Amino acid sequence: MNIQQIHGVLLERFGEVAVGAAPYQATDAWVQVSADALVAVSRFLHDDPRMLFDHLNDLCGVDYLEPDPKKAAKFGHEPHVEVVYHLSSLKLRQQMKIKVLVPRWKDDVPGQLPVVPSVSSVWGIANWHEREAYDLVGIWFEGHPNLRRILCPEDWTGHALRKDYDFPLEYHGVRGR
Amino acid sequence: MYSVELGADMSLVIEDPRVIEFDVQTDEMLVNMGPQHPSTHGVLRLLLRTDGEIVHECTPHIGYLHRCAEKIGENLSPPQYIPYTDRMDYLAAMNMNLGFALAVEKLTKAKVPARGVHLRVLIAELGRIASHLVGMGAYGLDLGTFSPFLYAFREREIILDLFEEACGARLTCSYLTVGGATHDLPEEIEIPDGLASLTGRKAGERFPFLEVLEMFLQWLEPRIWEYHTLLTRNAIFIKRTAGLGILTPEMAVSYGCTGPVLRGSGVDFDLRRDGEAIYTDMYKGYEYSVPVAPFADAPLEVVVGDNWCRFYVRMMEVVQSISLVRQAIKKYAATPGPVRENFKLGAKLPKDEVYLETECPRGQMGFYLVGNGDGNPLRLRAKSSCFCNLSVTDRICEGVPLADVPAIVGSLDIVMGEIDR
Repeated sequence: MNIQQIHGVLLERFGEVAVGAAPYQATDAWVQVSADALVAVSRFLHDDPRMLFDHLNDLCGVDYLEPDPKKAAKFGHEPHVEVVYHLSSLKLRQQMKIKVLVPRWKDDVPGQLPVVPSVSSVWGIANWHEREAYDLVGIWFEGHPNLRRILCPEDWTGHALRKDYDFPLEYHGVRGR
Repeated sequence: MYSVELGADMSLVIEDPRVIEFDVQTDEMLVNMGPQHPSTHGVLRLLLRTDGEIVHECTPHIGYLHRCAEKIGENLSPPQYIPYTDRMDYLAAMNMNLGFALAVEKLTKAKVPARGVHLRVLIAELGRIASHLVGMGAYGLDLGTFSPFLYAFREREIILDLFEEACGARLTCSYLTVGGATHDLPEEIEIPDGLASLTGRKAGERFPFLEVLEMFLQWLEPRIWEYHTLLTRNAIFIKRTAGLGILTPEMAVSYGCTGPVLRGSGVDFDLRRDGEAIYTDMYKGYEYSVPVAPFADAPLEVVVGDNWCRFYVRMMEVVQSISLVRQAIKKYAATPGPVRENFKLGAKLPKDEVYLETECPRGQMGFYLVGNGDGNPLRLRAKSSCFCNLSVTDRICEGVPLADVPAIVGSLDIVMGEIDR
């Protein structure tokens, strides 16, 4: 199935509130999914005999923000955070990508991490990928069995791949910047 | 600082999962394997909860080698980032270069000249041989046999010498770059000392590069069967690997395992054949087969998805790679022209995003690039294959004796530089 057909099936099944736009002309086309419907959509994509997306290639967060006010006008994106899921089906040899868009901070309070439901019940590898996305991009995965930092130490502050991240002055007596 | 309470079902509720010691039972022990344990292939720490000899739980702790590779990538233009990809999987730097260069080419729609494509196949498959040789040697070392390691490194040394003649570096090559390769292979080189002494030629004698390569392959090919007698068919080796660390195909797919780990579990999937067009086009016109478990010639004790299958897939891939290098030599020699389409350093990346996975020796390495009309990508994500392969250790190490943990982790053939990035 191509992305147009997949998008059609998802729209029919979950409605327009859950499944958003799908720019077909992009090099790797994607389907936007609302955070609330993510687990149901993932489960459907994993189990449906036409989809069988059994392999989660990658899960990562992207922070859309231009911290430099001079360049902000040309940036072309509203500040937000995206969680990108790259899926493929080893049986049907097809690929797709779903995206969940969330605000940079929950309720616009800096420091309050945005919440996305965890898909670790659908794909086992999501467990580690979500821990990494939490660690580096700062996304809280609701329902994750063990959401703690994976690459940075447990007592690290901040999330390094946020665009407005400041490297700490010191860490346990080691000078940072 | 952390609270420990009794939950509703009278089990311990620990606020902070770092406080693992509170729920260790009387008979249990917590054993730290690593981060500086020789059999962990780098700085990997495995926290084992054992009851006597039996491992109840195995928790990998990673991140000791984290170098913020993704953050660095947001501040560099793609050709500048190539040396950082070397340092991810440092045992297969050429394959990492290739994966990243292809992802950038997919984003910018750059073309590679035909000679460059054949050069890439030649170099990438040579890199795969070198990487699998280390995988084989180090696995023998994990199981307590030293000699295969020496043989493997003797062979790898020659490949590294050839890489040095081609690009000037042995380990961190940065040779395959956006648009092709940095420069063409040298016409004539001094035969590497190792190869000279092994084939009975005079040291310092000069030969064409491709002839030296062919000489090396001719010498290497029969040696593979020697390794089979040394390791694969060795009774002790079979006892330590067959039927151990069984990874079912369902679990392998769910945990995103790729490469030899996936094929060792009996899933027939190789990106060189089943991947995206930009990658499979490179291998068009090449003949090779993809080794997948189960093997007809396996010993009786072997179960699909065990350590032995994962190891054997690697060994069989070396044979395929030798044949691929031979084909690439012929095609490369028959295709004149440049090897590189120039990519301007400050070229603006289009407003688009691409994700591309390539078949590296250890699995599918993916690069996700988001361009935003600027010279530097907005986001550069490196998806590591070993990261996914390692995440199954806690499942397949449950209930095995302590001494089998290195055998299982070793069979996954991990490189920490790639996991921690």
